[in-house]
Amino acid sequence: MSLFDQMGIVYALLGAAIAVLLAGAGSAMGVGIAGQAAAGVISEDPSKFVKVLVLQLLPGTQGLYGLLVGFITLSKIGIIGGNAADVSVQSGLLILGACLPIGIVGLISGRAQGKTAASCIGIVAKKPDQFVKAMLFPAMVETYAILALLISFLAVNGIQI
Amino acid sequence: MNELEYTYAVARIRALETALLTDSVIDQLVNCQTYEQCIQLLEEKGWGTPDGKGDAEMMLKQQEEKAWEVIRDVAPDLSVFDVLSYQKLYHNLKAAVKAVCTDVRGGNIFYEDAAIPGDEMLKIVENKEFSRLPEHMRHVAQEAYETLLQTRDGQLCDVIIDRAALDAIYAAGQQAKDDIIRDYAESTVAIADIKIAVRCAKTGKSLDFMKRAMSPCASVNINELMKAALGGTDAVKEYLSGTMYAEGAAALEVSASAFERWCDNRMMQTMKPQKYQSFSVGPLVAYLFARQNEIKTVRIILTGKQNGFSDEMLRERVREMYV
Repeated sequence: MSLFDQMGIVYALLGAAIAVLLAGAGSAMGVGIAGQAAAGVISEDPSKFVKVLVLQLLPGTQGLYGLLVGFITLSKIGIIGGNAADVSVQSGLLILGACLPIGIVGLISGRAQGKTAASCIGIVAKKPDQFVKAMLFPAMVETYAILALLISFLAVNGIQI
Repeated sequence: MNELEYTYAVARIRALETALLTDSVIDQLVNCQTYEQCIQLLEEKGWGTPDGKGDAEMMLKQQEEKAWEVIRDVAPDLSVFDVLSYQKLYHNLKAAVKAVCTDVRGGNIFYEDAAIPGDEMLKIVENKEFSRLPEHMRHVAQEAYETLLQTRDGQLCDVIIDRAALDAIYAAGQQAKDDIIRDYAESTVAIADIKIAVRCAKTGKSLDFMKRAMSPCASVNINELMKAALGGTDAVKEYLSGTMYAEGAAALEVSASAFERWCDNRMMQTMKPQKYQSFSVGPLVAYLFARQNEIKTVRIILTGKQNGFSDEMLRERVREMYV
């Protein structure tokens, strides 16, 4: 078997890595940004801990979506279970393409959601009774991460190896 | 600087803004029957002094220190706030030049919380070590010192230094990366020019005097303003009514104190959009400004209560709050 024939599984693995890495990085940035804001509020008013913690956690979901797509990809190509499938170059590239939506959207939406969550932590700091409304703004950003997850999930599942 | 550097600071400021005095608290203060009741209400709002003696001056000083302490604690870059203390810095220069040239010392004439406190400023002027001053102050310090020595004209000395302070604030605003500092500089200089025009119109000052005193800025055409001031207060009102400072003309119609109140409220309006910013130095600057504004308002009310001002007179003088 030539090196070119083995590239299929490399591409598929690269897709899984992109899904996990980029979406995870987006979540890490988002949770970090919101965490800074949360720390600012808690340093003055520790009683708001639970509310700001919930807001800080919202940008963490992109990392989970990336992990899910990565897991499905690894399962699909047989890496999980230790029985790697014979993936053609074409199938490998298709899997790589299928993983891109959650990777890229996860990175961008994670950071954007972190900034929105940080702003909404400001709402909780001044008007804690508006917590539910403050939750909705970062949740709007989540919509696009879910759409990307859906496409990546359907695409990876739909590719025949 | 990365905008996200301010995330922690702004969130902390948002939590602290809940403790700022609101318009309704200021109204309650004005409605207090006596000075003692005012002090009691302020103590309930957390303005008390550690010794519990209710010394108003100590209370206000402590609040000012607390405000700066918060800023020093949260701000990633304190140099942004330098421009806010220029007025105090130039005031200290003015006081030191006058103290040295007239050889009259003593009295509480300096701001000790300025970048160069009173004693140091006195030494600099006494020894003519103007090179120890920040670059934007060196030339004006020497000029004011020599002018006062030669002419003994204290007002001229004031005008030279005040003009230099306005020029320095405007230049700092132009160089600033943050919009809030640019807006602060623009509003400060424009309002100072308007105040100068109103006072010159009332006292019949010459065009040369105004040229020396006013500092150019974008939102006010000082040539038009000077021409208007030569024509009297009504001409100044007419000029202002065609600018973004039209409310100032309306305040001038009411009274001198209403105009002074408008000047401070206009600065507050410049700061209010910062309530909706989450990732810049703006909310920190606005918080500091809001604290200084409420301290000034409380001082006005307490002084008014001590001197038996009526509630109506106090209401005319109290400033608009940030929250």
